[in-house]
Amino acid sequence: MSAQDVCDLPGIVARWHHDPANLVQILREVQDSCGTIPSDTLDRLAKLLDVPRVRIESTASFYAFFHAESHGAYEILFSDNIIDRMAGKEALKQYFCERLWLEPRKLSEDGLVYVDDTADIGLADQAPAMLVNGYAIPSLDKARLDLVAELIRARKPLAEWPPMLFEIPDNLRKPGPLTGEAFAPGAALKAALSRGAETTLAEIDASNLRGRGGAGFKTAVKWASCRKAEGEAHYVVCNADEGEPGTFKDRVLLASHADLVFEGMTVCARVIGARQGLLYLRGEYRNLLEKLKSVLAGRREAGLLGRNILGEQGFDFDIEIHLGAGAYICGEESALIESLEGKPGKPRNRPPFPDRCGYRNQPTVVNNVETFACAAKIAEKGGAWFASLGTPQSAGSKLISISGDCKRPGVYEYPFGVSVRQILIDCGAEDAHAVQVSGPSGTCISFREFDRRIAFEDLATAGAFMVFSRERDMFEVARNFTHFFAHESCGFCTPCRVGTSLLRNIMDKLAAGKGSAYDMNEMKHIMHVLRGTAHCGLGHTAANPVVQTMEKFPDAYEKRLKRLDFEPAFDLDGALQTARLITGRDDEWAHLDND
Amino acid sequence: MTKTFTLDGKVIPFEEGETIMEAAAAAGVYIPHLCHHPEFKPHGSCKLCTVNIGGRLGAACTNRAAEDMAVESETEALNADRRALTQMLFVEGNHVCPSCEKSGNCQLQAVAYHLGMLTPHFTHFYPARDVDASHPDVLLERNRCILCELCVRASRDVDGKNVFGIGGRGIKARLIVNSASGRLADTNLSVTDRAAEVCPTGAIIRKRHGFTVPIGKRLYDHHDIAEVPVAGMERPKRD
Repeated sequence: MSAQDVCDLPGIVARWHHDPANLVQILREVQDSCGTIPSDTLDRLAKLLDVPRVRIESTASFYAFFHAESHGAYEILFSDNIIDRMAGKEALKQYFCERLWLEPRKLSEDGLVYVDDTADIGLADQAPAMLVNGYAIPSLDKARLDLVAELIRARKPLAEWPPMLFEIPDNLRKPGPLTGEAFAPGAALKAALSRGAETTLAEIDASNLRGRGGAGFKTAVKWASCRKAEGEAHYVVCNADEGEPGTFKDRVLLASHADLVFEGMTVCARVIGARQGLLYLRGEYRNLLEKLKSVLAGRREAGLLGRNILGEQGFDFDIEIHLGAGAYICGEESALIESLEGKPGKPRNRPPFPDRCGYRNQPTVVNNVETFACAAKIAEKGGAWFASLGTPQSAGSKLISISGDCKRPGVYEYPFGVSVRQILIDCGAEDAHAVQVSGPSGTCISFREFDRRIAFEDLATAGAFMVFSRERDMFEVARNFTHFFAHESCGFCTPCRVGTSLLRNIMDKLAAGKGSAYDMNEMKHIMHVLRGTAHCGLGHTAANPVVQTMEKFPDAYEKRLKRLDFEPAFDLDGALQTARLITGRDDEWAHLDND
Repeated sequence: MTKTFTLDGKVIPFEEGETIMEAAAAAGVYIPHLCHHPEFKPHGSCKLCTVNIGGRLGAACTNRAAEDMAVESETEALNADRRALTQMLFVEGNHVCPSCEKSGNCQLQAVAYHLGMLTPHFTHFYPARDVDASHPDVLLERNRCILCELCVRASRDVDGKNVFGIGGRGIKARLIVNSASGRLADTNLSVTDRAAEVCPTGAIIRKRHGFTVPIGKRLYDHHDIAEVPVAGMERPKRD
């Protein structure tokens, strides 16, 4: 069946206003409705959008969730974070494949089902987890996989699957100012309108709010600079591309506190003078889309979005949701903007920064989901209230996503300044040996450092908190992360494109028992080049997990070294295999001495 | 008063808005680079031109010069990084200089010589990449592509054709062409296009011209790349 038969291409293109800037959204809908993005579709899209085919192909081939070949009626993607692996993902995946008589990365003989891995899908508190045709199913075990296998064999459409499979609890274990108090939609906006834009900005400034995405840039500075910047239009962009493995707090904010987030965006719009907002939702959170759209519809009805918001003449603002398509790099703000503009998510050269030149080259504020939620609370309750929480350099509260070896994984809201030790006690991690704070790009700390604190001045974090017990092999943790970075590198700059794959290959070499001290030095060397010359944060931090675990858990590496000086990656005996096959020999004289 | 900054201690004049690379080139100072070309918009992807700008590392081709800025370029540390980046480019593709028509005129090879690169150092990837000989006048040898996107920019910005683009991501990124078949012959590339002659390596070459100038008598056979002025690098004359 050609794509034309099942996919209303002109309709999809019209729905996205014939605007090539919406290409990622258009491709998503094509992929959703026909299961693939075939080559002839690229040509037809090129004509419909009046852009060169090569541009469509660039974008279509960049994102992990787009593919030209069929993945059958059911595409199953197992989340492949180390936390999923610790929860038995590999064995469960094998079990599932055996039940359905298939091999990973190979469409089943009957063209029905395809199984593969994908990067962390934001459910580390309910690992292992997977996506079925883009929709998340958490807490996998054999019983649930049996059910899934049955439904697939019966060829039941996804819409008829039992809803309980797709239920995702918030697991909010410790509520705080953002997550624990009821919020009346409109409360923050009313306060902001009565205060005026300038005074609202002053409140944000007084609150000392810093960006929650991890970098910690002061929010008021960003807003003020964007407000001052000249342009044809100003934009508010909410970064909901929560791709850092081990992070899932935005999932909870969006699932249960979306009004707070949208209200924060609307307050920002008032301050910077924007008429349009965009929420960039990671593709893995597809299951949240309908609910978020209905929250937006409710806000329009309540006069909190649209024209003359809350009766204020000329205060027009609305929010559109864009879905990502499987690219961690789009969490970087300029890559996110590129993606919003329909291009591959490659970070831009900066300066200029988005506050002056962002979406459609206009002044744009890009903030994290949690930052907007904080901004709404500050608009409602004032800057002094917020500044009184946390520490002097890190005001307010922080949502922490806890997963791994603990009794109570989930989302915890703490005032900044809380110690790692306290968090470990609260989540029931009695045997904790190491914690990966803020995900693979963050900091790995050992049990010797558990008195360190969550704060910008000590352990800055976007929210991930993965706990590893004494039994865990920290080498395998780091190896999983190097695979992640190699998969997610956008490929724009030399050091990251090549360096992340070199690191992955060396870690695999060590895992195969072929490592030496030379390889350890080599990884340090690559780390140095990445830190100094990479184009963006992904490259700068890609070697961190390796270097930090090497330093803090040297035993995990040393026990894998075959020799202490040098061991080639090339397998001399393996190279003789073809000759053995040809000659039909497999006796001991046909092998090299491997000792 | 002309504004100036220092590059390895040497005073370099610059005009407002110029990048470090532009100002340095205009003053006759070479900073190693591959993806930069004065005719095209700065790209900043090869990272060979990484310099130390007052303690912070950044690409000379995308960072603007500023008054009294102190820039370091010719340091052992930076050249070691550049050597590693060049080695990465070598092992990422399949670069076989002795059998390459571009040898001696190849900027990748010349930069490697300039930086004293003696071995590829890293483990080769040996990727399987397509060669496209379909076009009557132009050969596309993807094994030699370093993803600098000069052909992409030349075709889009000068030729107005969009013949080239980059597909895929990460280590799987590859040069793609603007045709449904994926063949160069089915694009509207002409041998006289800027995109057909801008490639710094032997990835895009004119057919039947490979050995017009014999090996041994080529540009970089006799001159270090630092000594070869690139047309357009000198500052345009203004009144």
